[in-house]
This record gives sequence, C-alpha cells and structure tokens, in this order.
Amino acid sequence: MTERLRFYQTGSFAVRNRLLPVVDASVQSDPGRANAITSGHRACQGCGEALGARYALDAAMRASGGRMVAVNATGCLEVFSTPYPETSWQIPWMHSLFGNAAAVASGVAAALRVTGRDDVRVVAQAGDGGTVDIGLGPLSGMFERNDDVLFICYDNEAYMNTGVQRSGATPPAARTMTTPAVGPHPGAPFGQGKDLPRIAMAHEIPYVATATVADLRDLEDKVTTAMSIRGARYLHVLVPCPLGWGSASRDTVRVARLATESGLFPVFEAHDGEVTSVTPIRRRVPVEDYLRIQKRYAHLFGEPPATGVIAHIQATADRNIRRYRIEEAPV
Amino acid sequence: MNGRDGTPFAITLGVGSSLANKTGSWRTERPVYRNALPPCNDACPAGENIQGWLYEAEGGDYEAAWRLLVADNPFPAIMGRVCYHPCQAACNRAHLDEAVGINAVERFLGDAALQAGWELPAPLPDTGRSVLIVGAGPSGLSAAHHLRRAGHRVVIREAGPLPGGMMRFGIPAYRLPRDVLDAEVGRLLGSGIELHLDDRVDDLMAASRGFDATFLAVGAHIGRRAYIPAGESAHILDAVGVLRDTADDQPPLLGRRVVVYGGGNTAMDAARTAKRLGAEEAIVVYRRTRDRMPAHDSEVAEALEEGVIMRWLSTIRHVDEGSMVVERMELDADGFPRPTGETEELAADSLVLALGQDVDLSLLDGVPDLEVVDGVVTVDDRMMTGHAGVFAGGDMVPSERTVTVAVGHGKQAARTIDAWLRGEEYRHAARPALADVTSLNTWYYTDAPASVRPTLDLVRRISTFDEVTLGLDEDTAVFEARRCLSCGNCFHCDNCFGVCPDNAVRKFAEGSGAGDNGRDYAFDLDYCKGCGLCVAECPSGAIDLVPEQI
Ligand SMILES: Cc1cc2nc3c(=O)[nH]c(=O)nc-3n(C[C@H](O)[C@H](O)[C@H](O)COP(=O)(O)OP(=O)(O)OC[C@H]3O[C@@H](n4cnc5c(N)ncnc54)[C@H](O)[C@@H]3O)c2cc1C
Ligand SMILES: Cc1ncc(C[n+]2csc(CCOP(=O)(O)OP(=O)(O)O)c2C)c(N)n1
Ligand code: SF4
Ligand code: SF4
Ligand code: SF4
Ligand SMILES: [Mg+2]
Repeated sequence: MTERLRFYQTGSFAVRNRLLPVVDASVQSDPGRANAITSGHRACQGCGEALGARYALDAAMRASGGRMVAVNATGCLEVFSTPYPETSWQIPWMHSLFGNAAAVASGVAAALRVTGRDDVRVVAQAGDGGTVDIGLGPLSGMFERNDDVLFICYDNEAYMNTGVQRSGATPPAARTMTTPAVGPHPGAPFGQGKDLPRIAMAHEIPYVATATVADLRDLEDKVTTAMSIRGARYLHVLVPCPLGWGSASRDTVRVARLATESGLFPVFEAHDGEVTSVTPIRRRVPVEDYLRIQKRYAHLFGEPPATGVIAHIQATADRNIRRYRIEEAPV
Repeated sequence: MNGRDGTPFAITLGVGSSLANKTGSWRTERPVYRNALPPCNDACPAGENIQGWLYEAEGGDYEAAWRLLVADNPFPAIMGRVCYHPCQAACNRAHLDEAVGINAVERFLGDAALQAGWELPAPLPDTGRSVLIVGAGPSGLSAAHHLRRAGHRVVIREAGPLPGGMMRFGIPAYRLPRDVLDAEVGRLLGSGIELHLDDRVDDLMAASRGFDATFLAVGAHIGRRAYIPAGESAHILDAVGVLRDTADDQPPLLGRRVVVYGGGNTAMDAARTAKRLGAEEAIVVYRRTRDRMPAHDSEVAEALEEGVIMRWLSTIRHVDEGSMVVERMELDADGFPRPTGETEELAADSLVLALGQDVDLSLLDGVPDLEVVDGVVTVDDRMMTGHAGVFAGGDMVPSERTVTVAVGHGKQAARTIDAWLRGEEYRHAARPALADVTSLNTWYYTDAPASVRPTLDLVRRISTFDEVTLGLDEDTAVFEARRCLSCGNCFHCDNCFGVCPDNAVRKFAEGSGAGDNGRDYAFDLDYCKGCGLCVAECPSGAIDLVPEQI
C-alpha cells in the first residue's frame, strides 16, 4: 500500500507531484514507461481494462527490468489488442485459450526454470470470467503448486467480450444480458458469486492484493511488491467497463473511486493468507452514489425506487468495511 | 531456432503494430488544453495573476513569483498588509476547507524582495512622451510605475510632504509600518520617476500644458461633517485629521474618553489610534447594527480585541464639553434605523467624526467635458474622463475605496494612456471562462488546513504603534502556497498523461512549451478516442472537451 505523502497540493494522489524527487515518481509519469499496450488498440472509449493493464504491466516491466513474459486469457483485453495482423503489445506476450492462462503461465515458468532463465518473470492476466469461472481450476492448481507467476485479474464484473453475460464476479442486482432487469428480482441474484481474493488467500499463497484504476500509486506499489516476491501471487484489479456498466466513458476512474469510497470494493493486501494492510476510505459515500451513475442499476431507481435492494447492497458495503476494518485503517 | 522468414520460433506470421490503426477517427469530441480564469485572479482589483505567482512560490522560486506579481502590482509588501483580499473570499479552496492565505503569501514575497533587494524591471527605452500624474497615493504611484516601465517620462506632483497618500496619512503604522511603505515606494520611484513634493496642483488645465496626457489621482481627503448641535467648547475632530497628525508625529489631544462616530474602517482606525494615544476608553457610536457596518469584519474584530467599545444602534444628538447626548435607534421593518426618542448622557472628552471623505475637486474648475456625479469624477471602463487625454482613478472616481482598487485603476489607466500615446485605442483582452469549483476534480488535493498568521501580544498592541499582524515564516508560507488548487491552469500533475487508456497524450519537458499551443503536453489526435477521461481527471480543470467538427 502506498505511504501517503501529506504535503503539497496533491500529495501522492495524482500521477505526479512535481515537487517530489524523481525517485518517488509513478511509473506512469515516466515518458519512458514501457507502454506495454500502446495506441491503436480497439478497446471502447474510456476502457478501464486497457488502462488497468497498462498501469499494471508497465509497473511490472519496471520491477523486472524489462525481463518479463505476459500470458493472456481470451477476453476483451486479448481481442481488442491483437486483431491480426496487428498487435498493441510492446512486451513478450502470448495467448492460448479462455480458461488456461494460469496453466500456460505455470508452463512458461517451468520452462524458464529448467532452462536456467529464472531472471525472466511471468505474468498471467485474464478477465473476471477467465479467472473466477472457466479458469479457476488451473488457477487453483497454480496457487497450490506455488508456481512463480503473478496472476492479474482485470475485473469488469461480466463477460464483456461476448456481449455482457453474467460471470461469477457480477455483483447482485446488476443487469447483464443473462440477468435482465425483469421479473420480481431483476438483475443478477443475491447470494451467488465468488470472492476470488478471499479464495486466493485461502490457498495461503505469498501475496494477494486488490487495487483499482482509481488509485494508480497504490496499484503500482502492489505490482512492485508482488514482483519482489517469488511464488504464486494474485492481484485483483477493478476495471470499470463503460459499455457493460452503462457509465459515461469519462467516468471510468470516478466509478472505480466510488466503488472503493462506498466500501463495495475493499482495497487491501495480504501476505501468506493474512490481511496486512487496508486502504482507508477518504470520503465515505452511500452505495447509491456509486449505483446511480451506472445504467446496469437503473432499474433500482425507478418509480418507486427499490429501496430494499439498495439497502441490501449497502449492507454488503458495510460488511466489507467491518470485515477489513477499513475504518481503523491509518489515513 | 527461427522460422522460415526469420521470425522467432513459434511465431508463424509476421506481426504489425496497432499504431497502424488510427483510432482517432472514432472521436466525436476532442480534449483541448485551456487556461481558465481562477476566481482569485478574477476577484483581484489589481488584476494579479495570483494562481501564477503561487505556482512559482510552491516550487520555492520566490523571485520568479515576485516578478510575476509585480508585473501587475508593485506593492506586494504593502498589499500583504492592507489589502482586504477579495481574492480569498472568491478562492475555490474554501469549498474544501478554507481559502488559501493568498494575502499572507503575498506579504512573504514582498518582504523577501525587500530583504534580498530585488529590483523592479528596468524601464524600456525612452519614448519621448510625457505624462503628468497628480497625486502620489497608490493610484498615482501605480500608474507612474507602469508608464515609466513603458518608457514614458513621468512627472508626479504631490500636495503633501511625502508620497503615499492615504497609505501614509490614513492607514496607521500598526497596520502598515512606515519602513515597509518607504521601501516599496522608494524602489518604485527609483526608476526615474520625477516626484515633486509640496507641489499642489490648483489649476489642471494650466498644469497639464506640455504633457501628452494627465492622470488624476487626488483621493478623497475632506472629512464629511454631520450637523450636530454642539456647545461652544465641545471638542470635535475629524478622523482623517487625527490619523494624519498622528502619522505626522503631532498626535492631537483627545482626552481620557474618546467617542468615534461612524462605522467604517476609518472609524476603527481612529478608535484604535485613540487607545494607543492613551485614551482609557474609545467608544464607537454607530447608527446601525454590527452586520451593517461598512468596516471589514477583521478590523472590527481587532478593534474589539483591543478593548474598543461599540455602541451599535446609536446616534449623537448633542455635544458639550465633557459629555454628549446619545439616542438609541431601532430598526424598522425594512432594516432602516429610526429614532426611538430614548436618550442617554455619555461622558466623553472628545468626539471624532469618521463619516466618510469627499473629494476636493477644485483643481478641475474650468476643465471642459468633465462629468462629476455625487462628488466623484465619471470615467469609462478604461479610466478616461470626458475630457480627452485626462484620465482619473482611485478614490476620486466612483468605486470601492481601497488601496488595491486604486492600484488597479492606476494600472488600467497606464495601459489606456500607453495606447493613447501611440494613437491607438486600448481594448480589453477577451476574458477566459471562469474556473469555478465545479470544473475541478478536487479528489486529488490533500487535506491541508489553513495556516494562521501570528499577532503581536495585546499589551504591546494597545500601548505602541508596532505592527499587529506578523508575517509567516518560510515553511509556513510555502505550505500555504501549496494549498492552492491551481484552478483552471495546468500544474503538471501528469494525470492526463497517466489516465489515457489510449496512450494518446504526449508529455514534453516541463517548461519546454513543446506541446499543444505552448503547453508541455499534447494530444495525439491520431489515437485520442475522445473518451473525456483526461478531462474528468484533470484536478485543475485545465482541459476542455469540445465537439468535433464532423
Ligand atoms: C483611515 C483609513 C484607513 C484605510 N485603510 C485601508 C486599508 O486597510 N486597506 C485598503 O485597501 N484601503 C484602506 N483605505 C482606503 C485607501 O487608503 C484609499 O482607498 C487609497 O489610498 C486611495 O488611493 P488614491 O491614490 O486614490 O488616493 P490617496 O491615497 O488619497 O492619494 C491621493 C494623493 O493625492 C494628493 N493630492 C490631493 N490633491 C492634490 C492636488 N490638488 N495636487 C497634488 N496632489 C494632490 C494627496 O496629498 C495624496 O497624497 C483606508 C483609508 C483610510 C482613510
Ligand atoms: C472455451 C471458451 N468458451 C467461450 C469462449 C467465448 N468467450 C471469449 S471471451 C469470453 C468472455 C470473457 O469474459 P472475461 O474473462 O470476463 O473477460 P472480459 O472480456 O470481460 O474482459 C467468452 C465467453 C471462448 N473463447 N472459449
Ligand atoms: S485555489 Fe489557488 S487558484 Fe484557486 S482560487 Fe484559490 S488561490 Fe486561486
Ligand atoms: S491533468 Fe494535470 S498535467 Fe494534465 S492538464 Fe490537468 S493539471 Fe495539467
Ligand atoms: S483520455 Fe485519451 S482518448 Fe480519452 S479524451 Fe483524453 S486523450 Fe482522448
Ligand atoms: Mg469480464
């Protein structure tokens, strides 16, 4: 987690603080950053996944001294970046299937190890579908074997690439193609879904963390920490999707910020299965502030509004805040 | 092991870069870097670029900050003491916690300059034109400074024995120490301005002969008298006279109990001065309530701290030696004070009238086309009077009467005169859009409570004319400068460069100006999809999103 700097205008909240020494600057402020995924990709306007991937991989590139391979599952990130014959990747990058990114990455790591190339690091990345649903088996194996891979999940809370179907990471009440806003319980059901950061922690792997595109410094610090550790590591990044969430393209960072400030998306890190730091909430907001700016929740705000459902979602946020003791986190 | 065409093993097809795909064609709106008008700059009567000089001060380059400041106002150390800082009332930071202490930082810079001996920029080569300025108050001095810098010959004629106007003979030393006043005025005059002291102008038409233009800034010095029935030996004085004589080291005898009549800043200064001159009690009598007092809140508060007694809702009916009759007023339904008939006797040795000042316009007799309404001279928005070539500003024209307004008038008049001397007409620059708080993304600013200016202890305050409000030390001044949000103007936070999912923002070296119209950043419109994220996440509101012409 980022040590917050208290002085000067923006402290460490913005991408750069011109009055801080260059060594404290973010990777993204560096004109020489790797730009792992460069311009010309076909992601939607304001895509959180494209942004999150560049943030994470550029930081991993710096941490590994540019000696790194990325393995990518099928999903938006793969499809919008590599339509033949073009690629946006400016790093060694490899794609196989939707469900096997963890297995392929384990294989790459093993191959590097047997050829004595353990200076080259391996990162695997997938969407939430590729992580929590179809890819969960290989991922759990990778965790259990403690393979030397950093697995990054870009969580946009549905199967976006194929047209917004519900995944095991879709939050309750959200409208998707497969959980339409009709009937007595519109949107995705309550009581289902998988909390992958906690599942990863249950494997007691060396490092598990969550982050969002709304807090660059925090994300970069977590990638850097992860890259300093050997073994299986898991980073879960919330990446809003303007298309699937029905939010304005300019609001991608704002939505992610409201997700954390409402308590719906707890930001923390855990070593060996134990939570070691929690990012505090600066200005707590009711979940309604977060829900209202997304069309996937529009059915909650009709006439009359679904106050019971909103209260249920609020209770989830409150529970997160209790569970991770967010209010006790040092500001 | 390589493939047939030389590509590495396991790559069967050659790869091209997505840079070939110009996603900029998706765009319906485009981001544009802008400079919006910070509310502080907008509110500064002297037109200072506050955001600009705070930016320099934030980085510790105090001299650059000071140079930017004096381009608009040659008196930072004076301003930092006497300006009523309307900039702070407008400051966006107040929506977060408290306004930036602009005035305190201004004083810090002004004092730093005096200490370091920084000089004002040298005048441009002589133009051969000459301008007469009547009055060496802040307005006249400000105009002189800007005109001299532009290379014109400047002659000031001042009726009094020393320059400074009301800054010297009105504002007491406990708010504006004379060494500060002398230093800033002296530095300004050092640029080759010809100042004639004890040289009153009685006939403007005669005096302006031989000059290409004239700027009038004679202030308002005639104390207003109200008709109050008084006994023969009643001791009645005028506040401006009291302050002038005190400044002149000839303090008047006021007695042990002094009553000051009026509710403006002059009344506060008269009462506070009376205390310092030894009065045991100084009582301000004012017709209305505190919230109606024209005096600034801070001045009322400071007067109260020093033990000045306020009698609101009171008028003076009769004055005699040693006592006066005071009538209680009450507010009617419209909030106007009206007499109640209830009177009371008040023991007092003297009565000081602080009922406002009028302008002595006698020097204008015989000047054609001048318009005088309500005792002040009409000017247009460029400070020109009805008589071509004669300009006026400060307390003698219709406007708020403050040092800062006077300085602003002087600057505006200098610009208009400069254009006039070149046979051109001065035109106001187009005003950029206001950077109001809704155009900022305040998330990015850290919490930073305002710093407090130290003050002299009370005992020394009421027994001496030592300065009451003290300056900030360097650490505190920098901290205060860094509380600025840089409203409407880029402060190089790199957010736009960072948050673009399309990597469509280019960054150049800070200060290089190699980006879009002189900025240090540029949008790569080949790839910008117009999502607006950079616009939304720019903390300072320095990016606009405009519709694309399709
Ligand atoms: C007691 C008091 C306290 C104040 N405190 C503050 C404060 O804290 N902050 C603030 O912003 N404002 C304050 N003001 C108001 C401020 O001082 C005036 O608004 C400002 O000085 C006006 O500037 P000026 O140049 O128009 O006129 P002045 O400052 O009045 O200067 C006019 C000059 O012209 C000279 N002059 C007049 N007639 C002639 C003539 N015929 N020939 C030649 N010379 C002539 C005068 O001698 C004088 O030097 C205060 C005013 C008073 C009276
Ligand atoms: C075995 C298999 N089943 C289905 C698909 C079709 N498919 C491709 S991507 C995708 C969804 C991806 O969702 P997610 O992993 O959340 O990534 P996102 O596109 O949302 O980033 C699906 C269903 C596939 N490629 N392979
Ligand atoms: S925050 Fe800074 S730029 Fe904005 S109004 Fe205040 S002083 Fe001016
Ligand atoms: S985001 Fe930051 S760097 Fe970009 S224009 Fe705004 S203030 Fe300047
Ligand atoms: S964030 Fe990038 S793509 Fe979006 S408007 Fe700004 S420059 Fe264009
Ligand atoms: Mg997804």
